[in-house]
Amino acid sequence: MYKILKAEQLAANIYLMDVEAPRVAKHCLPGQFVIVKMDEVGERIPLTICDYDSEKGSVTIVFQPIGASTTKMKDLKAGDYFEDFVGPLGRPSEFTEMDIEELKKKHIVFVAGGVGTAPVYPQLKWLHERGITADAIVGAKTKDLIILEDKLKEVSNLYLTTDDGSYIRKGMGTDVLRDLVEKEGKHYDVCVAIGPMIMMKFVCLLTKELNIPTIVSMNPIMVDGTGMCGACRLLVDGEVKFACVDGPEFDGHKVDFDLAMKRQQMYKSDEGRALLKEQEGDTHHGGCGLCGGDK
Amino acid sequence: MADVLRKVPVREQDPKVRAANFEEVCLGYDEEEAREEATRCINCKNAKCIAGCPVSINIPAFIKETKEGNIEKAYQIISESSALPAVCGRVCPQESQCEGRCIRGIKGEPVSIGKLERFVADWAREHNIKPTPATEKNGHKVAVIGSGPAGLTCAGDLAKLGYDVTIFEALHKEGGVLVYGIPEFRLPKEKVVAAEVENVKSLGVKIETNVIIGKSVTIDELMQEEGFEAVFIGSGAGLPMFMGIPGEQANGVFSANEYLTRNNLMKAFRSDYDTPIAMGKKVAVVGGGNVAMDAARTALRLGAEVHIIYRRSEAELPARVEEVHHAKEEGVIFDLLSNPVEILTDDKDWVTGIRCIRMELGEPDASGRRRPVEVPGSEFEIEVDTVIMSLGTSPNPLISSTTIGLDINRRKCIIADEEYGQTSKEGVFAGGDAVTGAATVILAMGAGKAGAKGIHKFLSEKYKRG
Repeated sequence: MYKILKAEQLAANIYLMDVEAPRVAKHCLPGQFVIVKMDEVGERIPLTICDYDSEKGSVTIVFQPIGASTTKMKDLKAGDYFEDFVGPLGRPSEFTEMDIEELKKKHIVFVAGGVGTAPVYPQLKWLHERGITADAIVGAKTKDLIILEDKLKEVSNLYLTTDDGSYIRKGMGTDVLRDLVEKEGKHYDVCVAIGPMIMMKFVCLLTKELNIPTIVSMNPIMVDGTGMCGACRLLVDGEVKFACVDGPEFDGHKVDFDLAMKRQQMYKSDEGRALLKEQEGDTHHGGCGLCGGDK
Repeated sequence: MADVLRKVPVREQDPKVRAANFEEVCLGYDEEEAREEATRCINCKNAKCIAGCPVSINIPAFIKETKEGNIEKAYQIISESSALPAVCGRVCPQESQCEGRCIRGIKGEPVSIGKLERFVADWAREHNIKPTPATEKNGHKVAVIGSGPAGLTCAGDLAKLGYDVTIFEALHKEGGVLVYGIPEFRLPKEKVVAAEVENVKSLGVKIETNVIIGKSVTIDELMQEEGFEAVFIGSGAGLPMFMGIPGEQANGVFSANEYLTRNNLMKAFRSDYDTPIAMGKKVAVVGGGNVAMDAARTALRLGAEVHIIYRRSEAELPARVEEVHHAKEEGVIFDLLSNPVEILTDDKDWVTGIRCIRMELGEPDASGRRRPVEVPGSEFEIEVDTVIMSLGTSPNPLISSTTIGLDINRRKCIIADEEYGQTSKEGVFAGGDAVTGAATVILAMGAGKAGAKGIHKFLSEKYKRG
């Protein structure tokens, strides 16, 4: 059992929890993720690591309720327990293995969207602790959905933007990146983009045009997270890769986003759920929690 | 009196009934039937069945006790050699092992050793009989990686020798392939697997779930920081293989591992569990092994019409004859001598069908089986909405890539000697699918025993040297 040390709501539909998991906390590096399972009947949910403290033995997760399990998870409080919490999974970000002096010469920009802001924080923090302060562009639909603003400001040069202009500026993260490069003459050696797949796809289209090598963090459907089930397979440069063991970070210019997005719809999107329901009729008991198949 | 040439028949659920439920197919013997079947054993002096058993159970001895009604004694004899008799009695390929060597089998049917083992193990469980733990602990700590058949066997044997054993399991449940891979209708999870895992724990073995060796902690850390003096790797072969044909990335294409894990481990077939599964109305399972049969029979129980697509003929099906027979009885359709060339999809990338080509058998290849050759121009399509790829698995490189000095071969299998499971790294032993590639439960158990023997020898010699 894994104790929840802290639970708070960060934004309208985004939750943060500190969980006691000493083995995970001790081995975490930026770029990795965990899988949590709330209770016996819960689904295995891959989640972003937002922070970790190896001394306290705690790991911070941030999530957005989507399916049946995450919807129940949001009601857990400090003092409650997760039945299962496993990790760290996936490979750490490439820069964690680079020579620090080399890394210091690089100009890095992060582009984050929505709940994708959470996994960007440990990367920026790791770099900041080593004397590298990167630029971070964080986009949210509206002011209420911005998370971790103060924490990000401590470890990066933060550029915030909202789709509806309700805070700081109006526009997408890609608009900010284009302005920084084209209007302010910024040069970047590498871009790290994390967020919804559609956002990562558009960042990649832009950075290809701007000739900035780009790393993305993929979050496909996953079951075990150790390479066993093959559910998280992606096409990268025409080759099949498993996000859980080969990733989750990949060269964004080589990822087949259109295919990845179609696969993601299988259980997640309204479209996928509707399709499942249509295909399976009454036999679909889903578990997605939203399609009414459980009834 | 029984016909000595024929096995006492075993009761099974009616195929029509069981095709719609996840209850166990084979119902096993009752005591009367078991004692009757036991009388067929002629108690050979030079018992060939023992040599055919990868864990060398004293088969004639346990059958003799069964015949005489001393079932508890029979159980103690089996558990001297095996930690998982209720599992083995259900999923071992007895026809090619113990029963394959039985003298009775020359003229008639061999003694039903598997069903007798199952009876004895089930009886012991129902009567709450446990294996005998070690009388004295020796205080030496050993780590076992993986709680599947290899790991449980190795841990059980070491605990009986007095070692302080901890098993590390990557998933949230103990049992490895016994819980995520083999379906409920062939191997009940709570009644059988959980009970046998409890038996291993009753010997003093600790199990830590949710620990991925190589990620949560490395082998070197276990040995240098956590005080483990030897390690046994029984991590299995979990990476699924795909064909590399067009359409394989479409929605509705699963590896057998994913399909079975969602059902067996995550209980997706039960509406009170959260994990979803795309059930499909028409399902194609590609492959002909035991795992393919398991996936096919699972899909059937979820209400689908199921086709097994296999490129050779029935004679070459790698699955156990009993499994093929059960699948057929339940209504699985076999499309033999057929090989998929493409998975067809709609504009939303969902599976709509599978295009195959007919095959014929040519000359024998390196495996000794006749090689399948494509018949030009014989392509045909089957309309399906789900495809399950069951082409085999290879070992996960997570451990080998994070353990310095651990040698692997070209197929990413860990190199270990057969007698003791010794790897290229001192104090580290390995066995089961991680070493051999995908094989059977009982072969993994044999390797677990070899590993325990190796670790005991290694640590005994080390402490004798002082």
